[in-house]
Amino acid sequence: MERGGFRLPAGGRINRRREIRFRHDSRAYTGYEGDTLASALLAAGVRVFGRSFKFHRPRGVLSAGVEESNALVRLESGGMAEPNARATMVRLYPGLASSSQNCWPSVRRDINGMLGLASGLLPAGFYYKTFTWPSWNFWEGFVRRTAGIGKLPEAADPQQYHKRHAHCDVLVIGAGPAGLMAALQAARSGARVLLVDEQEELGGSLLWERDDIGGVPASKWLAGQLERLSGFGNVRCLPRCSASGCYDHNVLALTERVSERHGPAAPADMPRQRLWKVRARQVVLATGAIERPLVFPNNDRPGIMLASAVRHYANRYAVAPGRRVVVATNNGSAYRTALDLHSAGVEVVAVADVRGQAEGEGVELARQAGIEVLAGWRVSNSRGRGGLKAVQLLGPGAEGSPRRWLRCDLLAMSGGWNPTVHLYSQAGGKLRFVEETGSFIPMERSGIETAGAVNGCSQLPDCLREGSDAGLRAARNAGFVAEEPEAVPVARAVRESAPAPVWNLPEGPARKQWVDFQYDVNVADVLLSARENLVSVEHFKRFTTNGMSVDQGKTGNVTGLANLAEALGTAIPSVGTTKFRPPYSPVALGSLAGPDTGDFYRPRREMPCHDWHAGHGAEFMDAGWWRRPACYPLPDETRARAIEREAVTVRRAVGLFEGSPLGKIEVRGADAAEFLDRIYMNRVPNLKQGAIRYALALSDGGVIVDDGVFIRMSAGRFLLSPSSAHADRFFAALEEWKQTVWPHYDVIFTPVTTQWATLTVSGPRSRLVLEKLDSNIDFSRNAFAHMQFREGLLEGLACRIARVSFTGELSYEVSVPASWGKALWEQLLEAGEPEGIAPFGLEALNILRLEKGYPLIGVDTDANTIPDDIGWGNAARNKDLDYVGKRSQSLPAHTQSGRLQMVGLRLLGGAPGQAIHPGAHCVEPADTASGLRSTGQVTSSVFSPFLKMPVAVGRLENGRERYGEVVSVYFGRKTCRAEVATPVFYDPEGSRING
Amino acid sequence: MLQVACPWCGVRDETEFTCGGELAARPEDALAASGREWAGYLWFRGNREGLHAEVWRHTWGCRQWFVAERDTLTHRILATATVEEFRKRRGNGG
Repeated sequence: MERGGFRLPAGGRINRRREIRFRHDSRAYTGYEGDTLASALLAAGVRVFGRSFKFHRPRGVLSAGVEESNALVRLESGGMAEPNARATMVRLYPGLASSSQNCWPSVRRDINGMLGLASGLLPAGFYYKTFTWPSWNFWEGFVRRTAGIGKLPEAADPQQYHKRHAHCDVLVIGAGPAGLMAALQAARSGARVLLVDEQEELGGSLLWERDDIGGVPASKWLAGQLERLSGFGNVRCLPRCSASGCYDHNVLALTERVSERHGPAAPADMPRQRLWKVRARQVVLATGAIERPLVFPNNDRPGIMLASAVRHYANRYAVAPGRRVVVATNNGSAYRTALDLHSAGVEVVAVADVRGQAEGEGVELARQAGIEVLAGWRVSNSRGRGGLKAVQLLGPGAEGSPRRWLRCDLLAMSGGWNPTVHLYSQAGGKLRFVEETGSFIPMERSGIETAGAVNGCSQLPDCLREGSDAGLRAARNAGFVAEEPEAVPVARAVRESAPAPVWNLPEGPARKQWVDFQYDVNVADVLLSARENLVSVEHFKRFTTNGMSVDQGKTGNVTGLANLAEALGTAIPSVGTTKFRPPYSPVALGSLAGPDTGDFYRPRREMPCHDWHAGHGAEFMDAGWWRRPACYPLPDETRARAIEREAVTVRRAVGLFEGSPLGKIEVRGADAAEFLDRIYMNRVPNLKQGAIRYALALSDGGVIVDDGVFIRMSAGRFLLSPSSAHADRFFAALEEWKQTVWPHYDVIFTPVTTQWATLTVSGPRSRLVLEKLDSNIDFSRNAFAHMQFREGLLEGLACRIARVSFTGELSYEVSVPASWGKALWEQLLEAGEPEGIAPFGLEALNILRLEKGYPLIGVDTDANTIPDDIGWGNAARNKDLDYVGKRSQSLPAHTQSGRLQMVGLRLLGGAPGQAIHPGAHCVEPADTASGLRSTGQVTSSVFSPFLKMPVAVGRLENGRERYGEVVSVYFGRKTCRAEVATPVFYDPEGSRING
Repeated sequence: MLQVACPWCGVRDETEFTCGGELAARPEDALAASGREWAGYLWFRGNREGLHAEVWRHTWGCRQWFVAERDTLTHRILATATVEEFRKRRGNGG
């Protein structure tokens, strides 16, 4: 017998005058315009499309749509490659190149296919038990290689992805009979309508079911309605667009396939996909239903397909997926398949109907056509390794029931229908179980309308009416009323008896009855899960991996739940469903990123002197949003040497640093001083005009959130200077305290950080440099002391100069309007040349501040560090006002012994140039598994090129009482010794800073 | 994505806002607050299933903080009010 699919001589929605050539697994094929990759390959007689995930069993096409679990292929190659493309959803285009996945050396002869022989040794969750010795990490690589589905592309994706935002009054998902009626009614009401469907064409089941609507064939009615819809100015139709997520307040994510359907030959300016984010006033879900497979031994062979898919291929693509067909069903819908194939000239051997008393039009018409209807018969086995050769049927009755083998190359099966409730459930809708059909359907929910098969409707007239009602309701709820609603067209209901849900074949071996085809989950796995007490539906899902694959269990979920319920002896609704999460179908990561990649990934802040830094060899680093120089290596100088040179230059001569990101917030108002007294731990009102004070800012929980300085410019005007990293957050905190707790203060805040370029001149010769410039400011030691602030002119520029220091040397922070920053930078370098000036970056600054023991908040402190821990306890205690964080200073946890206090750590016996590893733990012997206990941590550590010794600070239990003590410091299985000391390694008297 | 009605700017998308969590009243006289009272303000939240009051900031708009009454089950936002309005309505320190 010749086996496999072929092209029917007539019919279908394909264009036989347009042949399309393509390649699959390096072989040349020809299809027609209108084909999918799956239909074209089926027409060419291809049966095996891929290998299953775990046991590498040969698999063919199961479905004709988005639910496909077997026919996953790799589309194209290189950067254009797409793994796990569903052949059923890939529109055929000229030059298409695809290949099978999960097989080696070929899909027909796959080495790992022998894994199937060992399936008894690899039950659900086997890897939790088998690969525990020596460790999972040892086995992981091997298991992942064997078990993976698909391969990542080898190169970056060269295609474009776009994003688009849209608003509409009524969004209709699904353009089948119900969705079309909903869209028509909403459109007639005047609402802005968006109608989307994931298929290549709008029409849903009307594209492949043979029905009459309004007295004409459904395809003709469909064409008429689409033409009418296109005449409305208020309607937009989006075919090839999949609704992947339904989010709060009626926001839906849609993925539109744009150039993807043309392949690599698509115009270069066309995006591959477009991600739509739609805000809809009302949503109508007409998402249809997906047919369930039957569960019986060896129900996964190539040639066993969903009954609806078989007639989908026959009627829409004029492809018969086989030559001798057996139909197996538990409901009336599959008779359509038998009749459609029969009338197309394909041999239909028999219909095996689970129901003993199958009645209805389908049954009668099949018998009239001479098709044998076997009432009460079930499929009990199948044969044919590379593709179906025969099925075994089991007759009615319990013991000794008859068995029959029927030769066939195609089994069209129907186990009933699963309404596509994914989006409805994502929106928070609750489901209810219908015993008669074995389906979960939506309960009533305001805000989201559902219509048609998603509600469990199986009859065309009901779908049309429900769609019409939903469209009118949605429009009305969005504020639009149709003056003349559309009359619901006439269609015929098919008389048929009730379905009979069946979930497995109890007489057959459970290990060969597949529930989730893609992840090779079988009935035995479900039983094992029940035995091992993994009975919560979410545990069951993860243990068996049922529904966790690329198809997310579109065909296997409900069947799995039903089998679990049966194993537990409970009802299906009491097992419940797993949570439906977006996306409904796989979404390309590229479409989520859209154009926001590379340089467009996020905004980047460049400092006023950026061009100078870039032009003078600066090595940049990211610091928050800012791009900042880490150091300025000279030609032939290593990074490390450059950092050392810069740090030493500041100590010996003078350095120039751009600190423009330093926070600058102006605070004005009659109550400015009183308000800031609430914000800072340090006293504010007694600060004199023109003076600067260092201050800590706390959270109300009492921990340090920032440090910085504030400047009193006049009685009611302050300039705050929070650290660069916390400037934005600190500004937000000021507003929060003012708005929510102390609204009565007369005070306003203005962030001016980016209005000023701030250049720091630091080093013993910095005064000499500034005195060379033309200025009305007296820089002499007595006139302009440490922690003083001056406004004036510098080279004719309005400037603000603060004498503060983060390096421990004589320093001036000079701020001028941002656009003049670069000019001043160059002038300072020129003036400083005789003094040996050099620019320095963040790395050198870090060494300099660490030599002085200045903490970096958030690095040397954490979310538990209070002022006392870094030596500011007296100031915190002595200020009586209710400032932010005051009440928390006296919390028991903050006053007890054993707190981690900031200390310096001097490495003992290290190699030359060696520093303690930052992050290392201070440890002491203890009765623990490791024999050690952490008593603190090294938070910052460098080798000081100027002091020629390692310097480190850290937090240590009761550290301040332990100066002189030697502690063990542990990192990476090595221990060294360090002496606890004051954190100030350089110039403890502060004579340099006051110089 | 939620739509939030800023009392000053009107209805905007959630991305313009920062949610500050459940409303927690700072004791009027913080320094006199008992440890239990202070800890309640700092750390303890109702985490209610259903309607609760929470604070939001219109970060990428007017930068004002306001109060929203949101159903934590359905994400429905019933009402929003300025901090002052909300305090007046509640008749206490809000």
